[in-house]
Amino acid sequence: MSASDPLDTPTVTETTAALPAKVDTPLRRFLSDYADSPLAVVAAAVLFLIILIAIFAPWISPQDPYDLATVSIFDARMPPGSYAMDGTPFLLGTDGAGRDLLSAIFYGLRISLSVGVASGIIAIIVGMSVGLAAAYAGGRTENLIMRVVDLQLSLPAVLIALILLAILGKGVDKIIIALVVAQWAYYARTVRASALVERRREYVEAAACLGLGHARIIFRHILPNCIAPLIVVGTVQTAHAIALEATLSFLGVGLPPTEPSLGLLIANGFDYMLSGKYWIAVFPGVALLITIVSINMVGDQLRDVLNPRLQK
Amino acid sequence: MSKQPLMRLEGVSKRFAKRLDTAEKIVNLIGGDRREEVVHAVDRVSMEIADGEVVGLVGESGCGKSTLGRVVAGVHAASDGKVYWRGKDVSTLSGAERRDALLKIQMIFQDPMSSLNPRMRVRDIIGEAPRVHGLISAGEVDDYVDKMLLRVGLDPGFRMRYPHQFSGGQRQRIGIARALAVEPDFLVCDESIAALDVSIQAQVLNLFMDLREDLGLTYLFISHDLGVVEHLSDRVVIMYLGRVVEVAPTEELFAGPNHPYAQALLDEVPRIDTRKRVFQPIKGEIPSPINPPKGCHFHPRCPHAFARCREEAPALREIAPGRLSACHLNDG
Amino acid sequence: MSKSPVLEVNDLKTHFFTKAGVARAVDGVSFSLARGEVLGLVGESGSGKTVTGFSLMGLVDAPGKVVGGSIRLAGEELVGKSEHDWRSLRGRKIAMIFQDPMMTLNPVLRVDTQMIEAIRAHEHVSEEAARERARAALARVGIPSPDERLVAYPHQFSGGMRQRVAIAIALLNEPEVIVADEPTTALDVTIQAQILYEVQKLCAETGLAMIWITHDLAVVGGLADRVAVMYAGRIVEEGPVGEVLDGPLHPYTRGLIGSVPSHNQRGKRLTQIPGMAPSLLALPPGCSFAARCPRADAACTEMPELVSASDRRAVRCHHPHRPDEPAYEGGSA
Repeated sequence: MSASDPLDTPTVTETTAALPAKVDTPLRRFLSDYADSPLAVVAAAVLFLIILIAIFAPWISPQDPYDLATVSIFDARMPPGSYAMDGTPFLLGTDGAGRDLLSAIFYGLRISLSVGVASGIIAIIVGMSVGLAAAYAGGRTENLIMRVVDLQLSLPAVLIALILLAILGKGVDKIIIALVVAQWAYYARTVRASALVERRREYVEAAACLGLGHARIIFRHILPNCIAPLIVVGTVQTAHAIALEATLSFLGVGLPPTEPSLGLLIANGFDYMLSGKYWIAVFPGVALLITIVSINMVGDQLRDVLNPRLQK
Repeated sequence: MSKQPLMRLEGVSKRFAKRLDTAEKIVNLIGGDRREEVVHAVDRVSMEIADGEVVGLVGESGCGKSTLGRVVAGVHAASDGKVYWRGKDVSTLSGAERRDALLKIQMIFQDPMSSLNPRMRVRDIIGEAPRVHGLISAGEVDDYVDKMLLRVGLDPGFRMRYPHQFSGGQRQRIGIARALAVEPDFLVCDESIAALDVSIQAQVLNLFMDLREDLGLTYLFISHDLGVVEHLSDRVVIMYLGRVVEVAPTEELFAGPNHPYAQALLDEVPRIDTRKRVFQPIKGEIPSPINPPKGCHFHPRCPHAFARCREEAPALREIAPGRLSACHLNDG
Repeated sequence: MSKSPVLEVNDLKTHFFTKAGVARAVDGVSFSLARGEVLGLVGESGSGKTVTGFSLMGLVDAPGKVVGGSIRLAGEELVGKSEHDWRSLRGRKIAMIFQDPMMTLNPVLRVDTQMIEAIRAHEHVSEEAARERARAALARVGIPSPDERLVAYPHQFSGGMRQRVAIAIALLNEPEVIVADEPTTALDVTIQAQILYEVQKLCAETGLAMIWITHDLAVVGGLADRVAVMYAGRIVEEGPVGEVLDGPLHPYTRGLIGSVPSHNQRGKRLTQIPGMAPSLLALPPGCSFAARCPRADAACTEMPELVSASDRRAVRCHHPHRPDEPAYEGGSA
């Protein structure tokens, strides 16, 4: 190449100028931006702890609250800090059936979170596919899909879930279906909106110039750039799903008593509120509150960090 | 190379229509007057580009130069007219032939921020297309990408980085490397240096010139910057509101533009060697391409306009060997 | 200059305190501006030209801060003014035109509402008198049928017309100084020429002083009286436009002029400045241009001072060119 070798030209010095030595991956940048808010870091830590508790509930709970052999009706409705007949402490007291409330909350978290997360993941997959299809197809198909989305979003989620559960009946699978139906439209709308923006960017035109196929352009180029808003909506929607599930269980149409989520625990304790045995309803309520607030705080910070308009 | 041009456009038009949505149709049913808006972004353009030539395409916003560039590069299909690549009508090519033709024409974009996928590493941005098209095997990607990076004057050590870690000029080089990776014959550069700093512009322009020499590339260089076009091009095409108004070899054009719009454009360009000049602008604004003036599109701003200009659109005709102009004044 | 300066900037320092460190965006900038004078402030992105403009307007937001120096407008010190004082100064004594006119214009208000409000914010005049002044301002920047245009909304104007309206608003209270930040960069060539024409007329007729911030040397050449070239937060060269552009003293100015295509032989490689501007967070010690400079040597590890090269010119360089050297290869001195 001799004379034309770009290394001979001074242009190459441009490349050696000040760039950070370590590879600054998007993940590393993301973490550093996220850590800007100490409150959000605390929320993330709390959420992480809650998830750990949910995962390891069977191993860390003082008692298996659904093993009839370990539960004694004589321990029922004991206040926080009491001791069982065999001397094990009930830190948060016991419920109407004599179950250790702390253990019941741990198990409840496990069910609430898994239902929320499972329905969230399924809803994201459904909504994402529908949204991408709408954005890429355009025209009549897009119009039809988006009108269905509008219709769906105009009905309150609780109403949709109640109707579905009335038809389907109780059960973990049934409530997941109901939550997916109540949520997919949010994801579809989010993905379509960002896909429409991304589709017009020059890198998509460049991909078309390079003769890359439609599927590759959609999934390798457009989709990864739509993930950020999806994560934000996903976090907030998961909190909604958990709250919605608690509402449904509280109303008695959600999960069966054999799989008690936090909502069911609150419902069970509600009857005792007026008799002054506040802890049976309040402690599961506090657990639900902490979970939802920490998810929302993480979601808020994610929105700030991932929003390209706020990036410096 | 025989007389056959590398690329020939014959009466190419590109229209964008904003269709009525359901709500507007309902408004029409109850007596509203909503019409479809059609923008004639490119209006019956014919031109030829010879192998190895650098053609500058100049015009102001709304003149359709970027749209024309995208039709040439195959990003947009023409609404009307024919595009010939090496003598073959692109619309009649078979799948594989069409793909090969498409790869031979690559585009360099304006915005170094949005023209690179922010979620992809440099290695994938450059290496993806050649691998997908089987130009190289998966094992050769790293070496191939290194070669491309060196060719555009970047350090191969940057292979694993993301676009945001580069400056504007470096990003533009990555975009050029991405295009070169599929071994094109023809580059369509759409305002490719407009977003760069002056000193970086010169570096990228030099790279374009080096590549032309080394690889025998042909360029369609789209720009609003006449100084850049003058420096780089063999021939200049000037567009106004979707139509070509003048085509001329660069030196002849800058020595004496024929079309009144070309004259005005050349007059208005600020030049570094003029001091405290008195700006004498042409009057009026650029009309909207949705509703262009009748007859010659330039007549409302033209100092020489007469009755015929308001009625009849002038045809692009040869006024001297190799020179075309679309103005009624040339009819004497 | 015999005329007393209307604006004097002395050792202005505006720094940005970011997570990654302190960026000295403006680091010791000094210049003065006489009545009726147009000063071109030229530089590339990151040179600090826009931050200088914003500092003059008191518009630097956190994490940025004016940390030192002085800005004297008609004898009045502006550095250290409260936000309340700034609000009464801005628009009245010093006004700004932005690259995007929508920075000035409110999209949901009619032009007359905005203009009348701008006048009455600073003066107690009747609405009728304010409207008349708004109309006159529109006419002065060459807007045809100003009466009709007054009752229009910003989106009904083209880009060029919007910029004219923004200029008219800047003129409303007859400020001493207008800071114009790349106001024609986004416009087409023919529209840019129209705006430059109006601006030129205004300065000549009204004695308005103007700072024209741009990256485009050609625009400065045609419009300005004096030019200051900025690099990495400092002025590296300053002087009358003609002298600077014909015989640049600083190697950076020389490089910039040389890289303009019309100064090179057609089809040949352009003379280029190698490398790119240093990051403001990691400025090398000494002259910030040294890494890209063909003349740099050991002396350049020490920061050169801005010294006068003649009674009207100043340069910040240990090895300046002679003023009679041609500005570019093949050019005449």
